[in-house]
Amino acid sequence: MAVAREAGPVGSLTEVRQTGLDREDLLTIYRNMLITRGIEERGHILYKQGKIPGSFYTGRGNEGSAVGIATAMRSEDVGTPLHRDMGVHIQRGLEPWRIFANYMGRADGPTRGKDGNVHMADIRLGMISMVSHLPAMLPVAVGAALAFRIREENRVAVGWFGEGAAARGDAHEAMNFAGVRRLPVVFICDNNQWAYSTPTHLGFATQHIADRAGAYGFEGVVVDGTDVLAVYREAKRAIEKARAGGGPTLLECMTLRMEGHAVHDDAFYVPKELFEEWAKNDPIEHYRTWLKEQADLRDDEEDEINAEIKKLLNDAIKRAEESPLPDPSEVATQVWASPEDLDTPHHK
Amino acid sequence: MAELTYLQAISDGLRLEMRRDKRVYVIGEDVGVYGGAFKVTLGFQEEFGPWRVIDAPLSETAIVGSCTGAALMGLRPVAEMQFADFVSCAWDHLVTVAAKQFYRAGTPVPIVVRLPSGGGFSGGPFHSQNPESSFAHIPGLKCVCPATPEDAKGLLASAIEDPNPVLYFEHKHLYRRIKADVPEERYTTPIGKARTHREGEDISVITWGAMVYTADQAADELAKEDVSVEVVDLRTVLPWDREAVLESVRKTSKVLVLHEDTRTGGFGAEIAATIAEEAFEALDAPLRRIAAPDAPVPFSPPLEKAYIPQVDDVVAGLRELAAY
Repeated sequence: MAVAREAGPVGSLTEVRQTGLDREDLLTIYRNMLITRGIEERGHILYKQGKIPGSFYTGRGNEGSAVGIATAMRSEDVGTPLHRDMGVHIQRGLEPWRIFANYMGRADGPTRGKDGNVHMADIRLGMISMVSHLPAMLPVAVGAALAFRIREENRVAVGWFGEGAAARGDAHEAMNFAGVRRLPVVFICDNNQWAYSTPTHLGFATQHIADRAGAYGFEGVVVDGTDVLAVYREAKRAIEKARAGGGPTLLECMTLRMEGHAVHDDAFYVPKELFEEWAKNDPIEHYRTWLKEQADLRDDEEDEINAEIKKLLNDAIKRAEESPLPDPSEVATQVWASPEDLDTPHHK
Repeated sequence: MAELTYLQAISDGLRLEMRRDKRVYVIGEDVGVYGGAFKVTLGFQEEFGPWRVIDAPLSETAIVGSCTGAALMGLRPVAEMQFADFVSCAWDHLVTVAAKQFYRAGTPVPIVVRLPSGGGFSGGPFHSQNPESSFAHIPGLKCVCPATPEDAKGLLASAIEDPNPVLYFEHKHLYRRIKADVPEERYTTPIGKARTHREGEDISVITWGAMVYTADQAADELAKEDVSVEVVDLRTVLPWDREAVLESVRKTSKVLVLHEDTRTGGFGAEIAATIAEEAFEALDAPLRRIAAPDAPVPFSPPLEKAYIPQVDDVVAGLRELAAY
């Protein structure tokens, strides 16, 4: 039995304008979703060409959810996005060439070659770098919210996790503590229905992850994660509620992971019909149709956007490939921080 | 100067840091109204309020994990594990998140986790451990283990000031047994510098924490036999003061490494290996290690006494070295 509120879709341009987005914002959202997918598609090719070491993960199908939530955050808000949330980094302004540089293990990636994949973030953009132990980022997000509460700042932290990560104790401890202290944090569950090969019915027994929110004393909401505007509206509502002292919200964004866990995985265990069904809900196509019908997206505008993104990605890959590989002498540098390293915008 | 117990020195040091730096807050189980299981933060909530002395749910993962988030936002969290043993529940947040964050992301994580550790009072397997060796193996962390009230206060100030995650092991058996003069003003004791607890010429004992006093009493016994024992108090195990240890070994030419933690893979093994690599030719006898046996900490008094290295054990070890 579901106890979370199920949010409906967003209809007209008038309704969207009431949430504070103008036409330029709507096009920016579209652009960010296209850049997100473009980076991952191009990255996949680079990986197959042997230019990216290790493994390669994408968030195909999650672009609307990631961009929608990031668009609802203010610049002073912070977050802990995960490996399906590339769109968050794009919306916050992480330059694509640095993302490619990180994929390729180059010196100019945010981790300077010390970590790969999407294990990166720019703290100057308010983003905290994820670890592979995914639910571990939730207590970290709660700690950021605790700092805002202690200093009485009107800022909000956003913590991401997947429906797979929801099974770990970290998720429980983070939500329980945040609920007890009514901290300004919003929990985002990217429910893409598959934790590697494990389906939801083997991961949890309730209908939705968001059904748990009531047990922690706050609201749970389920939204269609392929509907960027619905995600935006619900995220905005949750974030502003947290900012106003209303405590946490658990927002569960329903999607399907449209590719394997990583590119080595062909996802044979996902029924074909499920892919076919969700392919009809592609977040980018869904939004493009809406823009054409409701916001008069013109063909020439689309062409312009596509050309602009193509150039952006070409230039980004070129610049990333020009970035040097890290020097082996740096293997054991920057293990411990020095006092001068505390000179970041947030540490001050 | 004021005469303070080891516990009072920790409390005094923490209070001074909280008064001088608004970024410092305390979080843990029962640290607020109750003042902490050992009363280190007694009266803190009255002075600093409920948002700087935070009673957390029974959630070591959330306690330590949230410290990382708050530190990244500019605060200086000091978490208390009610007992060092419970830090196992926060392992991921120290080892996976905090320790690697600066290396990976370039963002320092200045947090302190206080760990009441050590046995000697029938605490049993879950209230007596000395887990410093496990964490000394983790690049990115720092581990300090003060033995004296003066160091307890100075190392706490250094730990809070340090831009890295610091594990502060405070030995419960020293809390109220050890008293000494402690400067009243704020001062720092450098992390990574050993101190000579007792000067000697014939044998070096390398140790830390409560074992400093065990070594000192054993040295008193050997003094009666005209054997002069030097006791080096490491003070911090990560980083550790290799130079001070090697200097003492080169002076005395015989060495006993002593710790309360278990033997295999204990930090004494690292010290022994370093001495073998760097000062082999200075040795006049095989290095000796005295440590707890490779077993959990037992509860019943005779078992616990057999477990924790005693003065007699150290005396016997020193006599063997003296006779070699």
